[in-house]
Amino acid sequence: MNLKLGMYILKRLSLMALVMFGVSIIVFFIAHVIPADPVGALLGGNAPPALVDQMKHQLGLDKPLWEQFEIYMVGLLHGNFGTSLKSNRPVIQDISEYFPATLELAIFSIIFSIILGVILGIISAVHRNSWADHFSRIFSILGVSMPVFWTGLILLLIFYYLLGWLPGAGQLSLFTIPPKRITGMVIFDALFTGDWAAFWDGLRHIVLPSIVLGYAATASIGRITRASMLDVLRQDFIRTAKAKGLSKRIVIYRHALRNALIPVITVIGLTFGGLLEGAVLTETIFGWPGLGRYIVNALLVLDYPAIMGGTFFIALAYSLANLAVDLTYAALDPRMRI
Amino acid sequence: MRGNLLDVKNLKVVFYTYRGVIKALNGVELWMNHGERLGVIGETGCGKSVTSLSIMGLIEQPGEIVEGNVYFEGKSMQKMNSSVLYDMRGKEISMIFQEPVSALNPVMKVGFQIAESIARTKKISIKSAYPDVFKMLELVGLDAGRVINLYPHELSGGMAQRAMIAMALSSHPKLLIADEPTSALDVTIQAQIMKLLDDLVSEMGNAVILITHDMGVAAEFCDKIAVMYAGNVVEYASTTDIFDEPLHPYTKGLLKAVPRVGQSKELVGIPGTVPDLVNPPSGCRFHPRCSHAMKICAEELPPLFEVKQGHYVACHLYTREGEHDGNRSKI
Repeated sequence: MNLKLGMYILKRLSLMALVMFGVSIIVFFIAHVIPADPVGALLGGNAPPALVDQMKHQLGLDKPLWEQFEIYMVGLLHGNFGTSLKSNRPVIQDISEYFPATLELAIFSIIFSIILGVILGIISAVHRNSWADHFSRIFSILGVSMPVFWTGLILLLIFYYLLGWLPGAGQLSLFTIPPKRITGMVIFDALFTGDWAAFWDGLRHIVLPSIVLGYAATASIGRITRASMLDVLRQDFIRTAKAKGLSKRIVIYRHALRNALIPVITVIGLTFGGLLEGAVLTETIFGWPGLGRYIVNALLVLDYPAIMGGTFFIALAYSLANLAVDLTYAALDPRMRI
Repeated sequence: MRGNLLDVKNLKVVFYTYRGVIKALNGVELWMNHGERLGVIGETGCGKSVTSLSIMGLIEQPGEIVEGNVYFEGKSMQKMNSSVLYDMRGKEISMIFQEPVSALNPVMKVGFQIAESIARTKKISIKSAYPDVFKMLELVGLDAGRVINLYPHELSGGMAQRAMIAMALSSHPKLLIADEPTSALDVTIQAQIMKLLDDLVSEMGNAVILITHDMGVAAEFCDKIAVMYAGNVVEYASTTDIFDEPLHPYTKGLLKAVPRVGQSKELVGIPGTVPDLVNPPSGCRFHPRCSHAMKICAEELPPLFEVKQGHYVACHLYTREGEHDGNRSKI
């Protein structure tokens, strides 16, 4: 890594701090202007007024909005997202417990969708208008149009209920002892500790949810790969490569693909960012203890600190994914190097 | 066999598009010997580039060679299997293009792209091809040590074309096709590149097809010239014959449209425009624009016919004495 690149990353990170500041303001005010009463949600509608007042005071909700914001921001700067009203634990602790499951699922989904999407895209572009192209386009349209709760249930029905090839809900089977917690991601932890039984069990559990979650992403990656590849195959340098006598294979994989992947990286980055938000539906169907479910549950009980903390965290993950995209650009395309 | 290196016989190429079938080549005849320099001139869209791609065997969907044949050293390229064709490309025949910067892969270093070419023709690894890359870059007058590690966008147009020439000549091809190699470059660079090409080709003895619409460049560089119009070679002769004694009305028109130093006459253009090749004119495709057009011109495509030693014209004005007499009213 050279100095220029280091400076660039530093610049991007400081810009990101600015973005995150904006995000935290928006998150805070949205959470506080919605006409809902967290104390009511917490204590129930029939709580005595004295208890309500006491609760409000305890949560700091009786203070003016400005003061609440100040407390919130000071906390954020110290890495303190506040305490969840529901779990009564620091929000950061909750997130660190739920996020690894989401991250693990996101990693497997994105790997699945990159491999399948890019391959389908290449085949589609190279054999344009052939049956393979039509098949992969239909496959893609199904991917973007079928809702995950439907694909999820159908896959569960087939592979879990009817065939019994794969396990149902959860990250691990009931009787599998979870590996020692290092990253919080079960499969990686099992890998690092050499716990092969847990590793295999984890893998079997993640197959279906990552396919379900990755299918839509596969479709969009496939489509952009196809479009981008078609565009690149028309370029002059492809004609040069052919005129050099390079085989079709080398022309496609060495000369065209690297150029074609540049726009694909954007889609991959944004999709991955999206996957990090946690997929509420997929997580619900597969009983996956991820961030999506955590935030939705927080919303249902108006758990302000958890909502704010979770949203802030997702925005952060998204920004980091974008930064990673830009750095990958530079690696792929020398014209973008600084 | 009319040329011992290349013989293109009655080549017909079409492209299938949404607008309809583009009849790009309408029976091209072209031939040349080892070491000869042939200029192919004509307007944009007349089929110059399609001809060169056909010679490379690079006509691909939606294009198709529907008739005719290309013989390279007497062997029919249509009958070769694809592996022989792959082997010939870049080795026996190589090519340089109009836009040198976009003709190089933007994500690969220049050195690698040349090495790739050398490695393939010499059947060595890419790594061990680098000494040759270095030599070739020096040969085309570039600072090899630096350029070898640059990316195409870091080169000027002239440098990129030099690199392309290095790549194309690295295999000592029997035939070099230069498809408007200087059109995208500014005038001083043009002259440098043509000089370089001239020097290298004289030294190596490659045959060259120079595709251009610059009559001046063609006149200086080439031994022979083929004039193309709307998918046909309409006149084919030595450079001196073409310039001193043009026969085809189109060639005459082209030459009148070229400004010359010291000439006081106004330039005269050819009336009309290049025909739409989806619905080309019947018979001779030039007849709607031709001031000498006769009845037969709209009916029959004139063959390329040797009017005098080594001077071929495809025009009914010059077809064999005695034929179509009734129509020859307007010479």
